[in-house]
Amino acid sequence: MAEDEELSEDDYRRRSRRSLLVGGLASFAGYRGWRWIQDQPADGNIPQVLRDGHELNEAIWSALFDEDRQARTFSRESASILRVNGRHGIREEIDLDAWQLEVYGPTGERLGTDRLDDIAALPRHEMTIEHKCIEGWAQITNWGGARFRDFMARYADRLPDDISDVYLETPDGQYFVSVDIETMRHDQTLLAYENLGEPIDQLHGAPLRLATPLKYGIKQIKRIGRIHFLTEKGGDYWGQRGYDWYAGL
Amino acid sequence: MHWINFPLLVIMIYSGLRIYRAEQVYAFGLFGWEWFKFFPAGFNDTLELNRRLARGLAFHLNFAWLFTLNGAAYAIYLWRTGEWRGLVPSRRHLGDVVLVVLHDLHLRKEAPPARGTYNEAQRLTYSLVIGLGALAILSGFAIFKPTQLGWLTWALGGYTSARVIHFTVTVLFSLFFVVHVLQVIRAGPRKFMGMINGYELAPKPAGGTAEAGDG
Repeated sequence: MAEDEELSEDDYRRRSRRSLLVGGLASFAGYRGWRWIQDQPADGNIPQVLRDGHELNEAIWSALFDEDRQARTFSRESASILRVNGRHGIREEIDLDAWQLEVYGPTGERLGTDRLDDIAALPRHEMTIEHKCIEGWAQITNWGGARFRDFMARYADRLPDDISDVYLETPDGQYFVSVDIETMRHDQTLLAYENLGEPIDQLHGAPLRLATPLKYGIKQIKRIGRIHFLTEKGGDYWGQRGYDWYAGL
Repeated sequence: MHWINFPLLVIMIYSGLRIYRAEQVYAFGLFGWEWFKFFPAGFNDTLELNRRLARGLAFHLNFAWLFTLNGAAYAIYLWRTGEWRGLVPSRRHLGDVVLVVLHDLHLRKEAPPARGTYNEAQRLTYSLVIGLGALAILSGFAIFKPTQLGWLTWALGGYTSARVIHFTVTVLFSLFFVVHVLQVIRAGPRKFMGMINGYELAPKPAGGTAEAGDG
């Protein structure tokens, strides 16, 4: 605005009044907007509009997702045994010898059953990555196992082309996650059975768990009992409790 | 854009605190002593920060876009109108910062030389705050997508380092806010009206009613 502009006192008053009015209305609109968010019906335990926002974020970041981009890896020496944070679905110890993995297709048909030997027969991969918890902590750890991609290839001839998500749950069904197929096909997404070279212990998800640095820990389900290949999103324990379904890094 | 920042920053910091509460690990230490732990229990209870992680994240990750867009709009505005020239401190006048601070603390009588809308200390502070805003956004994205935006996370020294930067920026923002509001109160209601309506009354040299300076 011009410097040293001449204004009559009336003019100044009028402008001030108008500015105050605009400011007041803007504050009121802001307050109404805030109430509008708070009064929204809940979708998965958060206001609908925030859930829509999460989905917009998911649309942006899954469109930008580049399968060649690898999460940073670290030297094996910097890795340590992961802190135990969640016990959903693994509160009771199980008989590891009796464990088996059930695999289902999108219409609910059972495609097969695997034992740990079947997974261990696939090419073994090892990675030392930074595990990130949605609560904020991060820790460098080391996983060994088979790529999910290689596992999926065993069922490829019986799966339709439009698989979009994979749903995994614990044997007791108490914990479950749904993960997009792009992440599941990534190099760094493992069905892990080793932690720092040793078989995974019960608290870390023995005998087989999901390990991927592309998602927060909430998606890296321990003690997988069932896997469903889906053509749409499946259930997700924390997604239904207010968290972002995508949770991608 | 300045005023939109206020509610946006309040929401960003508040929801950020709810996220931080889920894993509060930072403390301020100096000379081997822990001076202040972020945060004491009373702080968390009063502000209802406990067990609100999902809600905190939902607000934080959505309003982050609004904060980013508003910041980008402001940057474009500064650039297109040339107003950045009135904001950037110049090396030649940087010494004035000391004079302003001494004057404000009542340690020096003479007012520092006037130079446009903002004095040299304001220029330096406001420029730094805009820089902090940019750093808040960059470190935020580095934490949000450390693999997809791996170059950004790398540039900020890694994931853990980006988190420390993000948190430190917030603390600095909060300190700035306190001083900023105190200074506006100290400047008086007339200056505050000037902030709102863009005009400020100045006494007319040859008498008369009123004259507008730039606000």
